[in-house]
Amino acid sequence: MKKIKRIDLWRWMIIAFVGSYLLIPVFAMLEFSTRGAPGERSADAWTAIPTFPKLLSSVYSSLQLAVVVILAVVFILVPTMIWIHLRLPHLRRYMELICLLPLTIPAIVIVVGIAPTYRVLYQIFGSSTLTLSFVYFILVLPYSYRSISASLFSIDSHTLSEASRSLGASTIRMIAGVIVPNIKVGIMSGAVISIALVLGEFTISNLLNFETMQVVINLLGKRDAATSVAVSLAALIFAFVLLAILPTTNRSRSSKLKTNRKAKVAKYE
Amino acid sequence: MQNKERAISLKKFETNSLFRKIFPYLGVVPFALLALFFLIWPTLVVVYGSFQNLEGGYGFGSLIEVVTNEKYLNGFKVSIKLAAYSALAGSILGGLFSWAIANGNREGYFRRLVLAASGVFAQFGGVMLTFAFLATFGFNGMLTILANSYFGQNILTDASWLYSLLGLVVVYTFFQIPLMLIVFLPAIENLKPEWKEASESLGGSTTNYWLRIGAPILAPSFLGALLLLFANAFSAYATAAALISQGSPIVPLQIGFAISGEVSRTNPGISKALAVGMILIVVVVMFGYFKLQSKVSKWVKS
Amino acid sequence: MSNVIEVRLIGLSKSFGDVQALNNFSLDMAKGELVALLGPSGCGKTTALRALAGLQPLDSGKIIVHDKDITDLPTNKRNMGMVFQSYSLFPHMSALENVEYGLKMGFRKVSNTERQKKSKELLDLVDLASHMNHFPHQLSGGQQQRIALARALAISPNVLLLDEPLSALDAKVRSQLRDEIRRIQLEVGTTTLFVTHDQEEALGIADRVGVMKKGVLEQIATPAQLYDKPATSFVAEFVGLTNPIEGEVRNGKINILGQEIEILPGSVTSGKAKALIRPEAISINKESNANAQVLTISFLGAMLRVLLKLNNGSMITAQLPSSENLNYRIGDQVLIRINPFPVFAKEL
Repeated sequence: MKKIKRIDLWRWMIIAFVGSYLLIPVFAMLEFSTRGAPGERSADAWTAIPTFPKLLSSVYSSLQLAVVVILAVVFILVPTMIWIHLRLPHLRRYMELICLLPLTIPAIVIVVGIAPTYRVLYQIFGSSTLTLSFVYFILVLPYSYRSISASLFSIDSHTLSEASRSLGASTIRMIAGVIVPNIKVGIMSGAVISIALVLGEFTISNLLNFETMQVVINLLGKRDAATSVAVSLAALIFAFVLLAILPTTNRSRSSKLKTNRKAKVAKYE
Repeated sequence: MQNKERAISLKKFETNSLFRKIFPYLGVVPFALLALFFLIWPTLVVVYGSFQNLEGGYGFGSLIEVVTNEKYLNGFKVSIKLAAYSALAGSILGGLFSWAIANGNREGYFRRLVLAASGVFAQFGGVMLTFAFLATFGFNGMLTILANSYFGQNILTDASWLYSLLGLVVVYTFFQIPLMLIVFLPAIENLKPEWKEASESLGGSTTNYWLRIGAPILAPSFLGALLLLFANAFSAYATAAALISQGSPIVPLQIGFAISGEVSRTNPGISKALAVGMILIVVVVMFGYFKLQSKVSKWVKS
Repeated sequence: MSNVIEVRLIGLSKSFGDVQALNNFSLDMAKGELVALLGPSGCGKTTALRALAGLQPLDSGKIIVHDKDITDLPTNKRNMGMVFQSYSLFPHMSALENVEYGLKMGFRKVSNTERQKKSKELLDLVDLASHMNHFPHQLSGGQQQRIALARALAISPNVLLLDEPLSALDAKVRSQLRDEIRRIQLEVGTTTLFVTHDQEEALGIADRVGVMKKGVLEQIATPAQLYDKPATSFVAEFVGLTNPIEGEVRNGKINILGQEIEILPGSVTSGKAKALIRPEAISINKESNANAQVLTISFLGAMLRVLLKLNNGSMITAQLPSSENLNYRIGDQVLIRINPFPVFAKEL
C-alpha cells in the first residue's frame, strides 16, 4: 500500500507548471502549423516545406555544417585535449581558459570582431555556409570541452597510455585505439550539443549573411508563417530525438549499483 | 661501443633533444591556430576598434559616445533589466524544476527525456523561439484565440504585450529555465543523502535541514547559475532580432544595427564600443560565476 | 554493560522488489552493549541499522527502545546518533559547528554556554580540539569520522549507530580508529550498533556479533563463541579461516585423516561431509607415516603460514608459531594432526 507523499505532490505540481510553460509553446507550434479551413486541421504547411527550395537547401547546409563541426571536434579538439592531458599538462589551464572564453564573449561581439576575417575568407571560400565551421568550432568549445574533459578525468589515461606503449602501440594507435574508445561518452555528448548549437545558431550567420537554416526560417517567416513554424518544429523534434537516443551518460556498474541502492533506500526531501 | 659510433649517436641525441622538446608542442598547433584567428584576434579587433572615431580617427570618442548618448545608455539599461528579470525568473522556476527532477528516478526515462529536451531548448534559436511564442500569444496565437473565445476581450487579446519588456522577459525565461536545469541539477544531485540523514538523526526537521544545510550548500551554485543566466540573456541577440522589427531597445540589437546599417559607415567605432561595453559587463558577471564554481568544488572534494 | 534490554528489534521484514533484505530479523541489545552486525554486502545489516534509525520503512516488525514502541516515530524524534561510511560531515561547517549541530535544535533547549561546553568536551574526547575550526575538506578521513562520532555523541543518544564507519579508510587508520571507537564507547557507555563486512573489525571490538546472510540472522554470540562454536557453515566460513577436509560422519564424530573429531551441533549428522578446520588447529610433525607435503611456507612475522598438499590432492593452510620456521622445508613430507576441538561439518 503506497501512500502519496505530500512531497511527491509538490514535485508533480512543479513539473506540471514548468512543463506547461515549456511545452505549451511547442504544442502551439503544432497547432499553428496545422491550421486548415475553420474547424479543420491541415498538413498544408508541412507539405509545403519541400516547395521552398531555399528552405531545404539551407537545412541541408546546416546539417553539413553540423557534421563538419563534429569532425573538427573529433579530429582537432579531442586529440589536442588528449595530447595536452598526457604530454603537456602545464598547458591545461590555458586550454581550459581558451575553451571557456566563448562563454564570456557573446556571439554578437564575436561577429563584430570577426567580420573583417570573414571578408577575407569570403574571397577564399566564397559564400558557402561551410565557412562558418571555423567560428562555430569556437562556439561549441565550452560545451565540448567540458564533457570531454569530464570523461578524460574519469579514466586513468596515464596508466592506459603507458600500458599501451609498453605493449608496443604507436602514439596514434594509442590515442585512437585506447583512449578515444574510453572517452566515447564525453565525445558523443559534446558532439550532440554541437548539433543543437549549430542548428540553432542565428546571430553570427545572420549578420555575416550566410544562409543557414535559422536565417532562412527567419526570412521565410515574414512570408509564410505557418511553414516556418512547421520547419522550426521539425528541427526541434529532430534535435530532441537525437539528444534523447544517443548515450550521453556514463554509468559504470558500481555507480549504478550504488545509485540504485541509494535511490531505493534513501529518498531525501 | 666504438668511439666513432659513440660520437655519432651522441650527436644524434643532441639534435634530437631540441627536436624532442619542440615536438610535443606541434601537437597543439592546429587548435592554437583556430583559437588565435577566430577567438583571440576578433576580441582584439573589437577592443582595438573601439578606439576608432568618427571618420576613422582614433581616440576615446566612440567609447564616450556610448556611455553618454541617451539612446545607448537606455539600451544598456533595458538589456540589464531584461537579463536580470529573466535570470531571476529562470533561476527560481528552473531551480524548483531541478529539485523536482533530482528527487525522481535517476535512471529513469523521464529524466533522460527532460534533460534531452532541456539541451535542445537551451540552444533553441531565437528565431524558432519567437515563432513558438507568436504561435502561442501572437495576434493569431493559440492561447490568444482560446482566451478570446472563452472570455471575450481580455488581457491577451492585444498581443502587442509580447513586444514589450514583459513579453521579452516571458520569452527569454523560456530558454533560461532549461539552462538553469542543465547548470543547477548537478549541484542539487550533489547533495549527499547522508547530510539529510545526519541532520534527521541529530533531531533536525526538514525545515532545519533546508535552512542550515541545504540552502547554504546550494547557495554558491545557485548564485553562480543566476549569474550565468544573466550573462546568457544579456548576450542574446537572436530572439530580440526576430521579435522586434522596429527600433533597437537592447544593446545586442543596437550592435547588430550598427554593423549592418548607416552608423557603421560614419562611425565604425560605435559597434565596437558597444561590444566592449558588453564584454566588460559579461566578463565581470562570468568572473563572479567562476569564482563561485571554484568555491563549490572546494567543498565537494571532501 | 548492564542486563537491562535497551533495544528490541522484533520480527523486522523488508523486501525490495523480489530481494528480501530483512527476513523476520530479531535482535535484543543490552544497555551499554556494542553489538556488531557482520555479513557480506546485501545481507541486510545496513537495512537493519537504517530501520532502527528510522530511515528505512519496514514491511513488518516492531522496534522498541527504552520500553517504548518507536516503530512509527520519525527519525528526528528517535534521538539516535549516526556515523556514516562517507560524507558524514556537513561540508560547509567547521568541525565545531558540525558537533554543535544537534545541540542547536530548538526542542533540546540547550543554552549557548552548555552547548559550547559539551561540544568542546566531545572534541577533547576524540582528541581533535585543536582542529575545531577546520573544515571537513581540511581533515583526513580518519579525523572526519572522529568528528562525526563526536557529533553523534553530542546529543546523548539512546543508541549510537555506526554504518561501516571504517570501510572508506586506509588500513592503518582503520585499526587505530577501531580501538578508539571502542574506547570511547566504553567510556560514554552508549548502546551501540556497529555494522561492518570486515570480520576482524567485528570480532575485535564487539561485545556480541550477529552474523547475517540474506536478511537472516544466522548466529548472534560473543566473538569467541562465534569463532569456536559456529552454528552454521556460513558462520564457520565467514568468521576466520577454515580448511575443508573431507571425512565420514558417524555417531557425532567425523573421521578425518585417521582421527575422530567431535562435531558441533548443526553439522551434517551422517555420511560424507567436510570438516571445517582452523589453520591453528593443524599441527605438523616429522614422522614416517606422512600424509601431506609442504608446498609453500610464508613467514608472517609472528606466525608461519604453511600451505600443504594432502595425499588426496586437496590443499590446506596451517598456522604455526614462527619459532617453527627452521623445522620445515618446501617439499618435506610431514604428518598432519588435527587438534581435537569440536568442529563444524558441512555438506559436500
